[in-house]
Amino acid sequence: MTNNILVLLDVSADGSLAPSSHELLGAAESLGTPVALLVGYSEHRNALAQAAADAGATKVLLADGDDGAYVVPVVDALAAAFELTKPDAVLAAHSDLSKEAVARLAVRVGCAVNVDAVNVTRDSEGVVAHHSAYGGAYTVASSATFGAPVITVRQGSIEARAGKQPLASEALTVASSNRKSATISSVTIADAPTTSRPELRGAKKVVSGGRGLGSAEKFELVEELADALGAAVGASRAAVDAGFVPQSFQVGQTGVQVSPNLYIALGISGAIQHKAGMQTSQTIIAINKDETAPIFEIADYGIVGDVFIVVPQLIAALKR
Amino acid sequence: MKIVVLVKEVPDTWGERLLDLETGLADRVSSERVIDEIVERGLEFAISFAEQNDGTEVIALSMASEEATGTLRKALAMGADRGVLIVDEALHGADITLTAQVLAAALEHIGFDLIVSGDQSTDGAGGVVPSAVAELLDIPQLPRLATVDLNEKEVTGAHVTDRITLSLSAPLPAMMSVSERFAEPRFPNFKGIMAAKKKPFEVLGIAELGKDISVLDRPRSIMTEIAGKPPRESGVKVIADENSGRDLAEFLKKNQLI
Ligand SMILES: Cc1cc2nc3c(=O)[nH]c(=O)nc-3n(C[C@H](O)[C@H](O)[C@H](O)COP(=O)(O)OP(=O)(O)OC[C@H]3O[C@@H](n4cnc5c(N)ncnc54)[C@H](O)[C@@H]3O)c2cc1C
Ligand SMILES: Cc1cc2nc3c(=O)[nH]c(=O)nc-3n(C[C@H](O)[C@H](O)[C@H](O)COP(=O)(O)OP(=O)(O)OC[C@H]3O[C@@H](n4cnc5c(N)ncnc54)[C@H](O)[C@@H]3O)c2cc1C
Repeated sequence: MTNNILVLLDVSADGSLAPSSHELLGAAESLGTPVALLVGYSEHRNALAQAAADAGATKVLLADGDDGAYVVPVVDALAAAFELTKPDAVLAAHSDLSKEAVARLAVRVGCAVNVDAVNVTRDSEGVVAHHSAYGGAYTVASSATFGAPVITVRQGSIEARAGKQPLASEALTVASSNRKSATISSVTIADAPTTSRPELRGAKKVVSGGRGLGSAEKFELVEELADALGAAVGASRAAVDAGFVPQSFQVGQTGVQVSPNLYIALGISGAIQHKAGMQTSQTIIAINKDETAPIFEIADYGIVGDVFIVVPQLIAALKR
Repeated sequence: MKIVVLVKEVPDTWGERLLDLETGLADRVSSERVIDEIVERGLEFAISFAEQNDGTEVIALSMASEEATGTLRKALAMGADRGVLIVDEALHGADITLTAQVLAAALEHIGFDLIVSGDQSTDGAGGVVPSAVAELLDIPQLPRLATVDLNEKEVTGAHVTDRITLSLSAPLPAMMSVSERFAEPRFPNFKGIMAAKKKPFEVLGIAELGKDISVLDRPRSIMTEIAGKPPRESGVKVIADENSGRDLAEFLKKNQLI
């Protein structure tokens, strides 16, 4: 055993280290020696490597990427890093690109995959991934029958943080696998949100709005309450489908799964698929004008009423 | 063109979904089984493409238990031309890598120009089976598309994440996965249901795929512990009046939530 934990790091749209890096390196430190891998972003490379060391990477492997090819260059780099570090486990965020990259690594080099872990631990037999299944109705632990497991970690789920390390970076030589990949013909980055609102993933407070808000303009009420509380903004799928907010706001089974201290649902009926993304929240508040709405079954405090009347009252009371 | 849609059978999300606390596997008996909702959108995409492009064959492929036959017939009733179901004792409780190996072998056996999958299932929800299949088959994959454009030679589409949209393209043969932003599936009509009864439906075991795949040949993911959480209970429910906002603010303060 090498005790190495290979950590694939994500980079945000603005070229900085993704927030998930801190939790991945925190988790890795609890298991062994965190070795980070960064692929591409050559223009930000030094700053990224420094940030990774600050977040706890004992070594940072730097590999060239290929801006024109989807995922395969990352898998090739992972395979080279895997060979070099012989890790006891591979950790990556359960983000679109990283989960695909590590799953491909797993079938390429022959590892078991444990997905969407909310925690990782180590016992005498190896690394164990802990999951929250079916919207938190079950907790499940999984591990690999043998060999190093590849584990994807749900973003915003791990509290542990690693201590700062001195920077030790190394260029990684990667042999191309020449496997076929989709071509990236263009990249469009949406403007950064102008507010200082917290990110939905991992937020401590969330205010979500549903179809009951009626329109994109009226959805501003949700944002107003969120800002009064310092909360992140979420939405139901119906609100996303209706175009009130972008898809990245969706909470639920097929959206973001959150577990904040406070979750406020406004004009959301509480369909089972919405509940699957928020029912592990510590305190749930619901405001809905239909007293039979299923959201009330899991709410700690429910108000049967019109959001356009109750929420302004609440905002006024909070400001007092 | 030959389009194979990867159809996963899952417990209906509208019902209570249970995991067996002994085996950790999805409890197939107690939950109603349906075609995964997002995959149905993939079927809709493939079938409407076939309706507009003569010479397109749509094949529904699934790995599941024998009982899934009924569920899969729905894909044929919607308009898929034939079904292939991989059933094998050795696949009970298959993990992601084993599932991917079997699907890849079945896809090689069937042949394809385009593979359509969902971006993530509603039960396992790992969302990585398609990538693992693409890796095993060495074909380009366009994951989690919001929009797509398909012709005889090429597939292009937009992959949307939090703030980044990637325009992706690949020559066929290729694989794409659809997201819930795709059009809703049609309901099978009476004619479709009757026609489905005559459509070819094959049930194959691993041996018939011409590949030697075993649960033991690679490391696998196993569940070592499972526990159910007691359902959440509801708290207070009040009818709104002019003091509701103030009362709620007090509740939040009292519980140190603000
Ligand atoms: C496979 C699958 C996956 C899904 N994944 C998700 C998911 O990830 N996230 C998700 O949210 N949904 C998901 N859904 C959709 C889900 O089933 C519901 O359709 C959706 O959550 C409904 O959103 P809603 O509560 O905003 O809308 P509705 O169910 O229409 O509810 C609107 C509510 O607003 C109330 N209301 C209206 N006006 C007011 C007012 N002025 N004041 C107060 N209350 C008012 C109404 O009483 C009603 O209860 C999924 C569905 C499927 C089948
Ligand atoms: C709660 C829970 C947690 C699990 N955790 C793990 C884990 O950590 N590691 C692990 O290895 N396994 C795990 N499994 C098992 C895993 O769900 C199964 O191996 C499953 O067959 C494939 O994974 P998925 O549901 O994540 O598929 P996804 O990758 O989410 O599915 C995406 C798409 O792939 C296609 N597809 C997937 N499976 C099939 C199929 N059987 N037939 C046809 N098409 C298909 C469909 O188009 C689907 O829309 C878990 C299962 C459950 C119920």
